[in-house]
Amino acid sequence: MTSDAAALTTHGETHDATEHGAAGLGNPVLGMLLFITSEVMFFAGLFAAYFSIRASYQELVNGQLVHLWPPAQFADTLKALPFVITTSEGHTVLNVILPATLILIASSFTCQLGVNAIKRDDRTGFLRNFGVTLVLGILFLLLQAYDYTVLFGEGMGLGSTTFGTTYFTLTGFHGAHVFGGALMLAVVVYRGMAGQFSARHHDMVEATSLYWHFVDIVWILLFSVLYLLPGVKA
Amino acid sequence: MATTALHPAAPAVRGGLYEWLTTTDHKKIGMLYLVNSLVFFALGGILALVVRLELAQPGMQFIDEAFYNQAFTMHASFMLFLFIIPILAGFGNYAVPLQIGAPDMAFPRINALSFWLLPLGGALMASGFLASGGAAASGWTEYPPLSGPAYHGTGTDLWIMGLVLIGTSSILGAINFLVTIFRMRAPGMTLFRMPILSWTVLVTSVLVLMSTPVLTSALIMLFIDRNYGGHFFDPANGGNAVLYQNVFWFYSHPAVYIMVLPAMGIISEVLPVFSRKPLFGYKAFVFATVGIGALGFSVWAHHMFTTGQVFLPFFALMTFLIAVPTGVKMFNWIATLWRGKLVFSTPLLFAFGFLTMFLIGGLNGAFSAAVPVDFALHDTYWVVAHLHYVLFGGSVFGVFAGIYYWFPKMTGRMLNETLGKLQFVLMFVGFNMTFFPMHQLGLMGMPRRIADYASTAGWTELNTLATIGGFTIGLSMVPFLWNVMVSLRNGRIAGDDPWEGNTLEWATSSPPPPYNFDHLPEIRSERPVFDARHGRTATH
Repeated sequence: MTSDAAALTTHGETHDATEHGAAGLGNPVLGMLLFITSEVMFFAGLFAAYFSIRASYQELVNGQLVHLWPPAQFADTLKALPFVITTSEGHTVLNVILPATLILIASSFTCQLGVNAIKRDDRTGFLRNFGVTLVLGILFLLLQAYDYTVLFGEGMGLGSTTFGTTYFTLTGFHGAHVFGGALMLAVVVYRGMAGQFSARHHDMVEATSLYWHFVDIVWILLFSVLYLLPGVKA
Repeated sequence: MATTALHPAAPAVRGGLYEWLTTTDHKKIGMLYLVNSLVFFALGGILALVVRLELAQPGMQFIDEAFYNQAFTMHASFMLFLFIIPILAGFGNYAVPLQIGAPDMAFPRINALSFWLLPLGGALMASGFLASGGAAASGWTEYPPLSGPAYHGTGTDLWIMGLVLIGTSSILGAINFLVTIFRMRAPGMTLFRMPILSWTVLVTSVLVLMSTPVLTSALIMLFIDRNYGGHFFDPANGGNAVLYQNVFWFYSHPAVYIMVLPAMGIISEVLPVFSRKPLFGYKAFVFATVGIGALGFSVWAHHMFTTGQVFLPFFALMTFLIAVPTGVKMFNWIATLWRGKLVFSTPLLFAFGFLTMFLIGGLNGAFSAAVPVDFALHDTYWVVAHLHYVLFGGSVFGVFAGIYYWFPKMTGRMLNETLGKLQFVLMFVGFNMTFFPMHQLGLMGMPRRIADYASTAGWTELNTLATIGGFTIGLSMVPFLWNVMVSLRNGRIAGDDPWEGNTLEWATSSPPPPYNFDHLPEIRSERPVFDARHGRTATH
């Protein structure tokens, strides 16, 4: 394609459509921004479902239908959110979601440091920061898996009322996106080790970092909504 | 670049089939889109004829109710998701890079992926017919609880998975179009010199990008409800069945514009060329297109008036407002024809088909936008008439205008005019015979999606008429297919510019070389080829 684009001439002027940095965003970066737009709309659909269901959730309490959230059966388990989970045996387990959140936020910073490094042509700094980002991303996924096992142990699942359905769908699809982002980071690191990126050529690095920031921002929203937004008691 | 390092010579010539399976050339991918879409048009058409055959007379003569439900569900699913949307994307794929003077799409390999997801998704959807319990059968809208875990077998799950793949194809295609249009226009090709088809593809791509992922989220929630014990749409466990309708129509109303805007773009290419005039009010047309796209996001709940769960005045008002930019376009087209030197070739006939039939589809749509009228007409055959006047009378006539218009560019040969006119007459007559009586059936109270009706209902004659019309539409495909087969081998040689076109695709050879252009004319207006032909440059 590059040679075709370069061959495209008008009145003798050579027009190189793919010359990097000639006019703003590179094609891959713009493509990623548009892809992120579509992802935003995907999560918007899920968030809309969550709020709609949460707002209309009702339960029978003392013979009366009342609005509450989370449902009564999980009220004890989740009463001390976001920092601890109270198990059915009465133990409080440190809820790993808060550290997981901090880890993901930190990974956004390391990711950006990596982008800044490659823009300076500092390949070592770029690789080190992207490597750290990848490790932090995997750590987040492990912590989320641990969180799931605790909740599964308490009998929570996709089928346990709309609370379980929305919680696991939203966090699950976010986790899947973290996984996808980690794959992209791994490819970038692999290609980076092969020396394929430089100050002049790093569109994929930038696109991947944009995606990683997006995944991080979705998580901040999810964390705020699922953990920090106060519940409604009967 | 000071020195242009030529890439190694073109790779060794690949064999015909291998080349078509692995191509990343936007023109070949565009044609693959067209062929694949026409295959699903045929399948969807056969299912439509099955439906019409069963409805011709009261009583169940040919199929049982269960298969009837699958037939109308899969008819609509094929026609909407695997015919109209992708065939318009196919025209976009073929024409947009040519029209803006680009060598290809921005991401040629993603472009190939977008295409190949379509036959895959289509096959998944269609494989429901082989599954126990048959294909999806709760209508193309797949509302829960009818589509919920309590009903139907694997067919609905296959339908969901297929549609997620098709949606992904649309999203990737939209990203590709947007980057191509924003980043790869030839020097001089400013946005306001861009051909109207490219503009409609641009707006359509924004709609796809913003709405299709929302459909994906609805489908995934439905899938979780069906297979993993979720309760999103299950009122018995705190879910909300109308939620599905909201999320679904948040996609599927903009999808109506996804299905008609590029067809408007096609006839906006055809009308100026065949009336030998520039498009009347180019900028007004562009702004009307953008306006339809924007308003399209605020009307989804007019499909849900009767649920009692939506704010009626708002959605009725917004729906009526859409008539304004649409009306602007009607006047653009009529004023383009006005005092033009009309050349009655087949593309113009199909464009006339679009203009007249889409007008009816718009008017009967405005009726349904009035809440009290909609309460009476909701889910009757009136709605079936309305949507077919928009999507068949509008989009499909536009599609055939496009096929007759660009076939010479794609193949280097002209389609036969006599057969083309024969096809148009059969299709136009058959179409009106099928769908006009449905207005009356709807007003008489016949509900849609029923397999049978009482012989005393008074609906028999009109249904029989509609069935005869349906088979006439089917018959109109015979001259079309014959025309394509004969013209591919023996059609008159087209030359670069058989219609005296305005836009850049007519400035290169027919078919164009893989890299599209050896030389581009100067681009000083939205009609660069017209300018070059007449040796002057307009100042815009």
